Amino acid sequence: MKKNKVLIQNSITYALVIICWILAQLLISTGHMSSLMKGLLVPLCIYVILAVSLTLTVGNLGELSLGHAGFMCVGAFSGAFFTKCMEQAIPSVPVRFLLALLVGAAVAGAFGILIGIPVLRLKGDYLAIVTLAFGEIIKNLINVMYIGKDASGFHFSIKDTMSLGMDETGVVIVKGAQGITGTPKAATFTIGIILVLITLAIVLNLINSRTGRAIMSIRDNRIAAESIGINITKYKLMAFAISAALAGIAGVLYAHNISSLAATPKSFGYNMSIMILVFVVLGGLGNIRGSMIAAVVLTMLPELLRGLNDYRMLIYAIVLIVMMIFNSSPKAIEMRAVFMEKIKKNKKTAKEAA
Amino acid sequence: MKKFVSLGLAVAMAASLTACGGSKPTETTAAAGAAETTAAAAEAETTAAAAEAAGGTFKIGVIGPLTGPAAAYGIAVANGADLAVKEINAAGGINGMMLENKAEDDEHDPEKSVNAYNTLKDWGMQMLVGATTSKPCIAVAAESANDNLFQITPSGSAVECVANDNVFRVCFADPDQGTASAKYIGENKLATKVAIIYDSSTEYSSGIRESFVKEAGNQGIEVVADEAFTADSNTDFSVQLDKAKEAGAELVFLPIYYQEASVILKQAADKEFSPIFFGCDGMDGILTVENFDTSLAEGLMLLTPFSTTEESSKEFTEAYVAAYGVEPNQFAADSYDAVYAIKAAIEKSGVTPDMEVSAICDGMKAAMTEISIDGLTGAGMTWNAAGEPNKAPKAVKIVNGVYEMQ
Repeated sequence: MKKNKVLIQNSITYALVIICWILAQLLISTGHMSSLMKGLLVPLCIYVILAVSLTLTVGNLGELSLGHAGFMCVGAFSGAFFTKCMEQAIPSVPVRFLLALLVGAAVAGAFGILIGIPVLRLKGDYLAIVTLAFGEIIKNLINVMYIGKDASGFHFSIKDTMSLGMDETGVVIVKGAQGITGTPKAATFTIGIILVLITLAIVLNLINSRTGRAIMSIRDNRIAAESIGINITKYKLMAFAISAALAGIAGVLYAHNISSLAATPKSFGYNMSIMILVFVVLGGLGNIRGSMIAAVVLTMLPELLRGLNDYRMLIYAIVLIVMMIFNSSPKAIEMRAVFMEKIKKNKKTAKEAA
Repeated sequence: MKKFVSLGLAVAMAASLTACGGSKPTETTAAAGAAETTAAAAEAETTAAAAEAAGGTFKIGVIGPLTGPAAAYGIAVANGADLAVKEINAAGGINGMMLENKAEDDEHDPEKSVNAYNTLKDWGMQMLVGATTSKPCIAVAAESANDNLFQITPSGSAVECVANDNVFRVCFADPDQGTASAKYIGENKLATKVAIIYDSSTEYSSGIRESFVKEAGNQGIEVVADEAFTADSNTDFSVQLDKAKEAGAELVFLPIYYQEASVILKQAADKEFSPIFFGCDGMDGILTVENFDTSLAEGLMLLTPFSTTEESSKEFTEAYVAAYGVEPNQFAADSYDAVYAIKAAIEKSGVTPDMEVSAICDGMKAAMTEISIDGLTGAGMTWNAAGEPNKAPKAVKIVNGVYEMQ
């Protein structure tokens, strides 16, 4: 019986994504979709993937990670770097993009393990702060990296492009604070949706497996979990690395959607990490469907409020506060319940009266 | 219950703000402060003039950071374009065809910039003045190339901004400024021993420095000190200045923005180190720094495309101050010139507003290489097919607290 319930819940989540895709395709083919919305489709997929992947760490593993944008950054740069390097070797853009996705996921996953080993020894607030620091370190490291390629191979420097010492055929691929420019725009909405579905499949299957239950048992009671022989480090690291790899996929998608990729505080700084965390918290910790919806709403909101000029940021913040209170405050939940009951009662009395 | 009350209050506040936002555009004439001009510029749809247009209306989009730390640039670009459009319309338009402009905010973020571009496309944009800053401009240029939409950036100075053939720019590219500075110093024999202090965390500064160092060798200039700082260490420059002084630099090249330069000038004066200081267009504005003793800037030289004290820009400065309540800077001048370049190209190519966006772009692209305009940022400006402008760099020297053309 329980299994059926999970299956139904998961099917609803998948169906929601597929319905969104069909709806968008219908709107596009009938010409009812504005350019703004068309441009937002891929970013929406990116943020949904990020939200779902962070749900795994925050919601299921129960550890607050404030460095998620750092993994996205690693994925974005390794993916874009791969695409730029293989320009001659693999002329087909879709094939390169597909491989870049794998490269990005693998590198981000590896970073997840590397960072996870020291970080996951900590708990709670300490862990949150250290992940924040790692996110910033990743961003700043990428900002001083210069990588070029010429006939004799790769050149690396942390000073400037001149000290790369390349010959005439050399091309600078990563240009420090200027990042990587000229990545082909290979990301499409369909690819984005497929990646969202893959992410969902990975996360949902993991959560409902033996491994997932072990991960959640660590969240619920670490000592109890340890006492029944669960290898805490292994499962924590696993959840953290998978979450990082999925963020890496989102990063590759990001890099192939915008032709100028730079590790600015705006796109990969801790503000972005907090943003992703807000999606997860607003959607309800551990609630995957909720965090997806929160990601979509909060990404679209500032764009739809463009007509209000400077006030849109203010209203965005106010809406966020109101939504948080409405969603999570115990009093608000109580009020909602009372309100719903009243409506029900009213309906009943109305029916009886009729 | 308390929660509910606070919730209600929050909603009421949101609603009242919405009302504020909605009523803003109607009171644009009274706009004086910088914040108000933003709203004015963003919403300044010259609808009255546009509605009467007999020959149709060209819709020109403007993209720049209207909010956030880089807002000063975006607001100036939006205002400059707005002023030019109003002038052109008041003078009867372009052969009877009117212009209409609309500015969208990109917060100096490539992702938001693409969203702003798409919003403007929904509005019906046929040509784009923007984006204001380099990174967003590169992102938008990739989109506009896809749509084959004519784009002219007033101030996107990174090399990659004009990589596509539909994009032109008004300002100099970063490397060109470095090369031009080195040439100017070499040809005018200002100095042979030069120290450089630059900001390695901005592409603007490191781009100029790189090309300056490359060109310095050709001009017989010896770079005796090459010192960097970053955005995190831009308050104390004594180490860099000491090194420059010890190396016997006769000239210190500062390819940086004016805020940091004002600190450097102050600290150099304290050390009684007085070489020639030489800056680029980012130095423009140094005389407006608050609590800065302008006598320290005496003798400072800078390459700038625009100065408000020039005879040719007097009229523009007056009109700009009257309309927006602030002094224009080079960004405003760049975007003003961009709109006039569009006007000249429309006249040359004979495109009309009822044509397809792509057809307009093809016409404009060809016409851009044939026009020559006398703008605020240079006389006899021409463009090559790669999108780069060709104009003489102007050097000014600060004498008695004002710019003096060299």
